[in-house]
Amino acid sequence: MSATAVTPSTAPITHETAIRRDLKAPIALDVFAVVALVLAFLAPRPGDSVFMLSTGSDAIQLPPLSAPSVVIVTVIAVLLVALAVLAHLYAARGARGRVPLWLLAVFGVLFLVAFLAWASSGERPVQVPGLLVGTLALSTPIIFGALGGVIGERAGVVNVAIEGQLLLGAFSAAFVGSITNQPVLGLLAAMAGAVLVAFVLAVFAIRYIVDQVIVGVVLNVLVAGLTSFLYSKVLTSNSQLFNSTDRFPQIPIPGLSEIPIIGPVFFRQTIIVYLMYFAVFMVWFGLYKTRWGLRVRAVGEHPTAADTVGINVNRTRFWTVALAGAIAGMGGAYFTLDSVSSFNKEMTNGLGFIALAAVIFGQWHPLRATLAALLFGFATNLQSVLGIIGSPVPSEFMLMLPYVVTIFAVAGLVGVSRAPAADGKPYIKS
Amino acid sequence: MSEKSEPKASETTPEPESTAPDSTAPESTVPESTVPEAPKTNQIIREIMGGNAVVSVLAIVLALLVGSILIVFTDEDVQTAAGYFFSRPGDTFAALARAIGGAYSALFQGAIFNWKRDSFVDQIKPLTETLTFATPLIAAGLGVALGFRVGLFNIGGRGQIIIAAAVAGWISWSFPMPFFLHMLVCVVGAIAGGALWAGIAGFLKARTGAHEVIVTIMLNYVAFYLVSFLLRTPGALQAPGSNNPKSPPALKTAVMPTLSDLLGVGTYRLHFGFILVILATIFLWYLLNRSAMGFQFRAVGENPHAARVAGISVPMVYIMSMVIAGGLVGLAGASQVLGTTTSGFSAGVDAGIGFDAITVALLGRSRPWGVFFSGILFGALKAGGYTMQASQGIPIDIILVVQSVIVLLIAAPPLVRTVFRLPTPRGIPILRRAGRTPKVVTK
Repeated sequence: MSATAVTPSTAPITHETAIRRDLKAPIALDVFAVVALVLAFLAPRPGDSVFMLSTGSDAIQLPPLSAPSVVIVTVIAVLLVALAVLAHLYAARGARGRVPLWLLAVFGVLFLVAFLAWASSGERPVQVPGLLVGTLALSTPIIFGALGGVIGERAGVVNVAIEGQLLLGAFSAAFVGSITNQPVLGLLAAMAGAVLVAFVLAVFAIRYIVDQVIVGVVLNVLVAGLTSFLYSKVLTSNSQLFNSTDRFPQIPIPGLSEIPIIGPVFFRQTIIVYLMYFAVFMVWFGLYKTRWGLRVRAVGEHPTAADTVGINVNRTRFWTVALAGAIAGMGGAYFTLDSVSSFNKEMTNGLGFIALAAVIFGQWHPLRATLAALLFGFATNLQSVLGIIGSPVPSEFMLMLPYVVTIFAVAGLVGVSRAPAADGKPYIKS
Repeated sequence: MSEKSEPKASETTPEPESTAPDSTAPESTVPESTVPEAPKTNQIIREIMGGNAVVSVLAIVLALLVGSILIVFTDEDVQTAAGYFFSRPGDTFAALARAIGGAYSALFQGAIFNWKRDSFVDQIKPLTETLTFATPLIAAGLGVALGFRVGLFNIGGRGQIIIAAAVAGWISWSFPMPFFLHMLVCVVGAIAGGALWAGIAGFLKARTGAHEVIVTIMLNYVAFYLVSFLLRTPGALQAPGSNNPKSPPALKTAVMPTLSDLLGVGTYRLHFGFILVILATIFLWYLLNRSAMGFQFRAVGENPHAARVAGISVPMVYIMSMVIAGGLVGLAGASQVLGTTTSGFSAGVDAGIGFDAITVALLGRSRPWGVFFSGILFGALKAGGYTMQASQGIPIDIILVVQSVIVLLIAAPPLVRTVFRLPTPRGIPILRRAGRTPKVVTK
């Protein structure tokens, strides 16, 4: 007995791997494929669906796409079923069998096309550029907010105060922009306002070790109260002087802005939107390709280890949160320097919370969070577009859709979302 | 303002019996020092000065000071007087005093006692208004607080109130029943509605790990649009023969009796809901502090991993706690449609209570009685705020500023101590003291 126990086995060591099949994503796809089948066969709508690909002002005009909606919906429904089967095949491949992102993306786009074709058949045409322009417009503040949230949380400070940062940013942009008639100064003021909120958050979270979620929630209330108070008391007293700012002009980028569909959507925008592209890239690049980013992530994942190698944890966190505030502030400026030219009470309307959802939905990754923000913007915009083309679905259900989809996504596709390990935990040097 | 801050001293001390062991336990482990023990009276003064009560009162004083600064800076009389400050400084100070005094006496008149009325019955009406505003705040605050104790962050108060109000409203005009019984059935319906709506978040958290913050935020919107749709659909919740998105009024049998009905005097709006809220507070206190389930709740709130090792079913705790929390928030919805506005409701029925409840729970440090008293404080600010807005032209939003500053400062006792140069309480090591922020686990 003992001899056999000591003799080392010559057989190669095999690690038993538990095969864990994650069927949430395929099942979710099944559900949507069935919905498409229902639309195709049980609730077909007569008439043609028209997709307009160009706006009137485009240099290169694409002809509108037109086809009977029954055909479009049926073809796509079959494709969706095929994709769902493919997803099941991927999932059946055992532990590494994850449904690839491209499949989910293609599935989503196809489903939306089918739905739009179904909803718009026999009604007005679907303005594709308009749909996408509106999406980008609604997404921009969410993207800025989500980027701010991502880098803050990567450094280990939960930022629930995005809503407050957006709101104070919008307020100070309107106020300073109106007094000086300089939108650029308004933008700087927006960033300063949001950084102020970030400073309070950082001081309370890092210096006084107050629970970060609490500080965030309370700061939202504080900013909402403060801006509403000043709005009623100061801005409305002389709205010509205090609350009517010049907006940023649209700057079409020569050449690029003439590309069909893409041009009007991405390259006929204001400086704030161009800044947004830059910010998305810089946050991704900064977090993953620079020494600064490595430090930030180290501080958020394992502050003790970071401290051991000589990184000043709390100082890094403090300035990262301030930077996050500056980015979120640009999103605030978008409200009053791009979309409308005056501030209104609580005009951010909960978008900061949507940005927070985008951070978690995007799994604390800047690019994925941006995509999540675009998804929210698209879904919100879809409702107004369907309102125009006359959808058979009551508008409330369309308005509800993005939120229901988010719940499904969070519960089904994303599942357990893993935050940075030290997210929300204060670092106390011992 | 001293008459206002006096009672708060006792209100905002959550529970001395739970903090006392905290401050004494480390003392026993400290080795004997050569420094002689301080006299008894000094110790007592130190304890009182460093304790939560003083910090809470000072936080309220500081918050009112911040409010005063806002009022002063936006007051037109003060601005004009400040324009010639150096020729006649007295005018500026007189205007300052008028602005602040006017504001806070209006707040007091609106919240506690109005000496300008004729009879005592009318003079004391503001106090009943305060309790009326406090009723849904306490109920919803209890729900949020329960979530905090389990480590769940329930931002879904708004949706839970809307759904609960819809259920209670629907029962209140659709099913004629005898007096009182009808009201109780409505309340049960509201509790069930809120419990169901919060239960979704709890279920998803337990089964799939979906982050409850996202799910509850999303459910807020879903509830809002769902009820908006039902309110404009004839045959659902819309009042018959009306085009407005508003529900029919509740039947008389379902309306909560008011204090005036009971006493036969005055026009008090304070209703039976307040009794229910007191019962709910007692229930939550019992649940958390005296029951086995509450022990499991708190264990999961402290550390879910440890709780699981100890044999507690963490998913079950998540579901049960969210269901109960939703039921408590649902009580707020019932009090809105059966007590405060019984003439039918719209989709804005929650009136910001769902979010206010978060600050109420924070100020109450997630303790049932703490929530109860902080709800009354916020109710007083709300009731007084409306009077202040009407008589002094000060926007009611300033109440939000005061509320949030109070919570911020109470959450950071060291800051208040620094501002007022108070002594640090002895026997609490630095780390311990710093960590003595409200015990809220949010992961």
